[in-house]
Parts: sequence; C-alpha cells; structure tokens
Amino acid sequence: MTRLAKVIVTPKPVVNDPQGLTVKQGLRQLGFDEVADVRVGKYIEVRLSAETPEAARRRVKEMCVKLLANHVIEDFRFDVEEDGSG
Amino acid sequence: MVFPGTWSDRDCGWVVDQVLGEDLRYLWHKDPDLKGCDCVILPGGFSYGDHLRTGAIARFSPIMSSVVDFAEGGGLVWGICNGFQVLCEAGLLPGALIRNDSTEFRCEWTHLVAERDDLPFTHVLERHEVLRIPISHGEGAYFADPTTLSRIEQNGQVVFRYCDERGMVVPAANPNGSVHAIAGITNRRGNVLGMMPHPERCSEEELGGVDGLKLFGSVVHSGLQVLTA
Repeated sequence: MTRLAKVIVTPKPVVNDPQGLTVKQGLRQLGFDEVADVRVGKYIEVRLSAETPEAARRRVKEMCVKLLANHVIEDFRFDVEEDGSG
Repeated sequence: MVFPGTWSDRDCGWVVDQVLGEDLRYLWHKDPDLKGCDCVILPGGFSYGDHLRTGAIARFSPIMSSVVDFAEGGGLVWGICNGFQVLCEAGLLPGALIRNDSTEFRCEWTHLVAERDDLPFTHVLERHEVLRIPISHGEGAYFADPTTLSRIEQNGQVVFRYCDERGMVVPAANPNGSVHAIAGITNRRGNVLGMMPHPERCSEEELGGVDGLKLFGSVVHSGLQVLTA
C-alpha cells in the first residue's frame, strides 16, 4: 500500500535560528505584537510503499536519521497516513 | 574533487599546479578511486545546489566512500568552505555549519589565528600566527553541542579562530556567529582539515594576499618529508 509520510524537521532549541529571528522581526513590524518566537524548519513529503503503518514508520525514521535531518543541529517528527492521491 | 555545483575547483587547482608546480588531478564525483592523490581537496561551491542541507547530498557521491577510506587510513583530506560542510555531513569532522547569524552571505577578508603549527596543513606556520584569508559563505557558522565542543577544545582540534588583525579573538571579528569563533577544525588524528575561509583566493600577490599559499605549501612540504623519510 502506498503511504504518505509528512516529515517536519526543525532546528534544535539550542541551535541559533537567524531565519526565525528575521521572520519574527518581520511579523512584529507588520503589527503582530503577540509573536513571541518563530523557528523556521522544513516540511518534507515522502510517498512510500509499506505493508503496515508500523513498517512505514520504521523506514521513515531510518530516512530521517540517515539523510532527512542532521542530528547535530536538527530534530524531526513525522506522521504516516494512507496516500489518498493515487 | 569536483561535485556538480563545485565552483572553487579551478582556483584550488591553479594554486597546486600553476603556483606551486605540483602534480594535479581533478577527481569527478563519479570516479571510482582517488587516482593516487597524496592529498584530496574538497573545494568550495554549492555541491548539488545545497539541496536539503549544505553538503548533505555530496556525502553520498560514489567517490566519497574512497575519501572516507583514504581519511581513515591517514590520507590528507582538506575541505574548504562547502568541502568543510561535506566533511561534517560525512562524519569525518564533528559538528555542523549553519546559517550565518547575520542571515547574510558574507564575502570579505577575515583574520585567523592558527592554534596548531604541527599539522601537515600548518607546519610552516608559527604558533598563533595571524593569517589574512577571505571568507565567502552564507552558511558558515560552526556549531557543535557543548559536549562535543569541550571535547574538541580539550583535544586541541581547533586549528583556526576568527580574530582581529592583532590576533585577538573578539566578538567583532567573528563574521558569522561560529561558536568559540571557530573557523577551522581537524580530526583527532590531524589528517583531516575543514575550514570556511578560502586560502586558494589569497595565494598570489595580485589577489591581495599570499597567506593562503602557506597552507598549500605546508601540504606540499609535508608530502616531501614523507617521501624523503
């Protein structure tokens, strides 16, 4: 079965995120005074075939560890769902 | 070493064969081996368009397994700018390079203080010699977690730090927000060097400086020492 993994990669809390700071300043300038913090990360969609959701999650986690995220500077999280596009 | 998107390969090659008169081979990322090279240079640029992360995709190039084997066997591997990013992604050097704290691409002269004068890349330098070498990058802020950072400091793996022209490591001289003002590091064994500044861009007088040539010359001399030993 084809499944869709939605992977979110974010800079670790201890890592300086100048992009996030810049976006925060921009939002403040636009009048969004309530903005306390902005972090900029990545959103990645992976379509894969896997028999079970567990199998898909296992493979996607491996992908994150080996390539999609750099453990030195980034955290990752993901959801796996049945792919409705096909 | 040439990956798709590498752009400083000809500048490095020029220094090796035109300025120093040494034997030069260009290695394409699909080459099966290192063609007998004594030192492999991973030059600057935007390998694979910096897709995903800087250096992340180059690490999977066919030739990189040869580079890893070569480095683990004690061969000299030198990553400059994007090459430094590739070496970190490949796990040959600790830490990572992240976006400059200014968020700007910085192309300017910097000063570096050399903390190691005993490496194949630096043995012609005086201890704490100050070098004037330009940077050219948007993602050159060195980062490592506190544990890693204290380990590489204790091991003396920091080779270059950004400093002012008198050699003082001050915040104003740090162009990108690197932790501990780190501009270049080596592995534990001292045969792999990664640095963000571009020595190939200051290896002839007409380029405005020759401090970079000291590093290239150092590598050549270390090779000669091995041959005559």
